[in-house]
Amino acid sequence: MGIAIKAENLGKQYRLGSKVQREDSLARSLFSAALTPVRNFRKYKSLYSFGKDETSADILWALRDVSFDIREGELVGIIGHNGAGKSTLLKILSRITQPSTGSITIKGRISSLLEVGTGFHPELTGRENVYLNGTILGMRKREVDRKFDEIVQFSEVEKFLDTPVKRYSSGMRVRLAFAVAAHLEPEIMIVDEVLAVGDSTFQKKCIDKMQDVGQRGSTVLFVSHSMPAITRMCERVIMLKSGTVLMDGTAHEVVSAYLQGERDNTAEKVYADGAGPGDEALRLRRVRIITDHGLVTEALDIRRSFAIEVEYDVLEPGSVLMPTFAIWNNEGVNVCVAVDQDQNWRRVPRGKGRYRSRGTIPGNLLSEGMFTVNVTMWTLQPARKMRYHVTDVVAFQIIDTFDGDSARGDWKGDLPGVIRPMLAWQTEFEPEKN
Amino acid sequence: MDNTHHRPGTVTIKANRGWQLVNLREIWDYRDLLRFLVLRDIKVLYAQTILGFLWAILNPLFQVVVFSVIFGKVAKIDTSGIPYVLFSTIAIVPWTYMSSSMSMASQSLVAGQNMLGKVYFPRMIFPLTAPLAKMVDFTISLVLIFAVMIYFQVQLTTNILYLPLFMLLMLLVPMSVGLWMSSLAIRFRDVKFAMQFMMNLLIYSAPILYSADKIPPDYRFLYSLNPIVAVIEGFRGALLGGEMQWMFIWPGAVVAVSLFIAGAFYFRKMESIIVDVI
Repeated sequence: MGIAIKAENLGKQYRLGSKVQREDSLARSLFSAALTPVRNFRKYKSLYSFGKDETSADILWALRDVSFDIREGELVGIIGHNGAGKSTLLKILSRITQPSTGSITIKGRISSLLEVGTGFHPELTGRENVYLNGTILGMRKREVDRKFDEIVQFSEVEKFLDTPVKRYSSGMRVRLAFAVAAHLEPEIMIVDEVLAVGDSTFQKKCIDKMQDVGQRGSTVLFVSHSMPAITRMCERVIMLKSGTVLMDGTAHEVVSAYLQGERDNTAEKVYADGAGPGDEALRLRRVRIITDHGLVTEALDIRRSFAIEVEYDVLEPGSVLMPTFAIWNNEGVNVCVAVDQDQNWRRVPRGKGRYRSRGTIPGNLLSEGMFTVNVTMWTLQPARKMRYHVTDVVAFQIIDTFDGDSARGDWKGDLPGVIRPMLAWQTEFEPEKN
Repeated sequence: MDNTHHRPGTVTIKANRGWQLVNLREIWDYRDLLRFLVLRDIKVLYAQTILGFLWAILNPLFQVVVFSVIFGKVAKIDTSGIPYVLFSTIAIVPWTYMSSSMSMASQSLVAGQNMLGKVYFPRMIFPLTAPLAKMVDFTISLVLIFAVMIYFQVQLTTNILYLPLFMLLMLLVPMSVGLWMSSLAIRFRDVKFAMQFMMNLLIYSAPILYSADKIPPDYRFLYSLNPIVAVIEGFRGALLGGEMQWMFIWPGAVVAVSLFIAGAFYFRKMESIIVDVI
C-alpha cells in the first residue's frame, strides 16, 4: 500500500485583529479618525503578508510543524480540543487554504463532508442543484449523468426533483446534498462531525455509506469529538493540540490519553458561595462524577461502576428532602431518573449543614456514548415544592473497551441500544446423533 | 473504471510564493463547473420576475430613450448626421452588457465567499462566470439594435464581418476588470462602492453618448487606450458601415488583452490568500 497523504512540516499562520488605539483628546481622536483609511489599508493589506521571522503577538500559528503519513486505505481519526488546529488541517487538506510553511502531498481525489450542500442555490430545482453541486465537488457532467439515478434514490426526494430547492424542507435539502457528496467515490474521504442531521434512518444510511467507502479501500479521515465513534471507526488516531501533533498511535492509546488529559472537564460543576441554584433555605454547591477509584472524570469505563454526587447546603432546618438526578443520552432519551433511597434520611427533617448525596450506577448498565445529567431537589415536607432544577449540569462519556470482557464481547461494530447490560448467557448443545 | 472519470493524480499543496502561471489545464478540467455556474446565473437572474428576459431589452431601451431625449433633443449632440437614437442604441447595448457584467464579475468572489471557504476549485472560474452568463442578455438585447437599424433602414456592409471580433473584445473587457477587481474586492470591500460611481463616470469615458470625432487629435491616442472606446467604435463601424476607425480601436484592444493577461497573473497571486482574508 502506498502513501495517500504525506504532510511535511505543515504550518499555517493567521493574523489576529490588530489592537485598537485609544485617543485621549478630541483633537487627537479627530486626527486619528482622519487617518483611519491609511490605517485600514495597512491592516487589510497586512492580513496576508507576514514579515520574515515575525514573532508579533498578533500572529497565531494555527498549525505548526505538523508531519504525518497516511497509508492508502487507512481509517484515521483526528481529535483535539476546539482550537487545536483540526479545521485548519482539514482546510489545507481539501485545498481551500494554503499552508504558510511545509507541504502536503495527496494522492487521488479528496472529498470532504465539510462541503455538504455547498453551492446549493435556492432558486434552482433539485435536478439542477445535483449537477451544480456535483461539478463544484469536482465531478464531470458525464459522471453526474451516470450516477444521477443512484443519487436521487439515495436522497429520497424523487418526487420533488423539478421543484426549486427553496421549497424543500431542510431535511430534504440535507439528504439531497449528502447524496451528491456520498457518490463522489473519492480515494480519500474526510468526514467531519456533520452527520448529526436528518432522521435516524438517514443517519444510518450515511454511516453505512461511509463504511462502504472505507471497505472499498478508500482512505478515511474522521474528525469527531465523540470518542466512542472514533474508537469504533478508526484504527489509528492523531491527536492535535495547539496546532501540533501531540500523539499519533492506535485508536485506543490516543483516545485514553486524550480523555485522561481532559482539563476543562465536564465531570464537575462547582458553584461559588451563595451563587448556586436554590434559595435562602437550600442551595446546590456541587455536582460531580466519581469513578469507583475516587477520580473525578468524564470518561468512564463501561465495565466499572461510578457515582453521581450532589452536594448541597441546607441553610434553614426542618425540611424533608428528596434529591434526584436524571440521565439523558445524546439522542434526547431520558435513560433514567434516580431518587435518593438512603433509608437513614427517609422522612427525616434535615438540620443545617452540608450534605453529599451519592447515587452509584453499576458497571455494564449504560450503553456507550455521551450522557448529560439533570439534578432536581424536592421538598416533601412541610409542603411539596421543587427547590432547584438544573439541566445538563454535568456530562460524561461511557467508553466501551475492546478487550472482549464487556457486553459487546468480540463484536467490534456498531452496537445500538440505550443500555448494555451483561446478561447471563447460556448455550445448550445437543450433538447431532448419527 | 472507465475513462470518463476525472481523477487528479498526485497533488502537492504548499505555500505559493510570487507569481504563478495560470493553470489552464486545471480550468479545462473544471469546464463543466463553469458551464453549470453560467447556467445557474442565467436561470437565477430573472427568477420570479414577471417580465423575465424582457428586462434584457427594457433596460437598454429605457437608457436609449432617456439619453436620446437629453443628449439628442435637448443638448443636440452632433453625431455627423447619424440619427441620435441609432447612434446611441448601438453603443448603449454593448455598454449595458459591459457595465453590468463588470459589476457582477467584480463582486463574484465576495458573493460566492461561502463556497470559497468550503471547497476547492480554480477560483478564476468565478470572475469569468458573470461575463459569460450575461452574454445571454446581450444576445437578446441585440434585438433592440436590429430593430432600430431596420427602422432607420441601415444597409449592412462587409464591415459586419468584424462584429464577432468586437463581441470577443467586449467579452474580454469585463473579464479583465473582473479578474482585477474581484480579488481586490475580497480584500477591500471599498471596491463595491467605488465601482458604483465608476460606472457612472465610465459611460462618459467612451464615445457612447457623443462622437469620438469631438476628441482633439492630440488626445486621441490617450483617449483610445480605453478598451471601452475600442468596443464602441468597433460596434459602430461594424454595424453602420463606413471606414473602420482603427486608430480608435487598436490601442484599446492591446490594452484589453494586456489587462486580461496581467489580471490573470494578479489573480493567481491573490488566489492563495483569498480564503484567509474573507
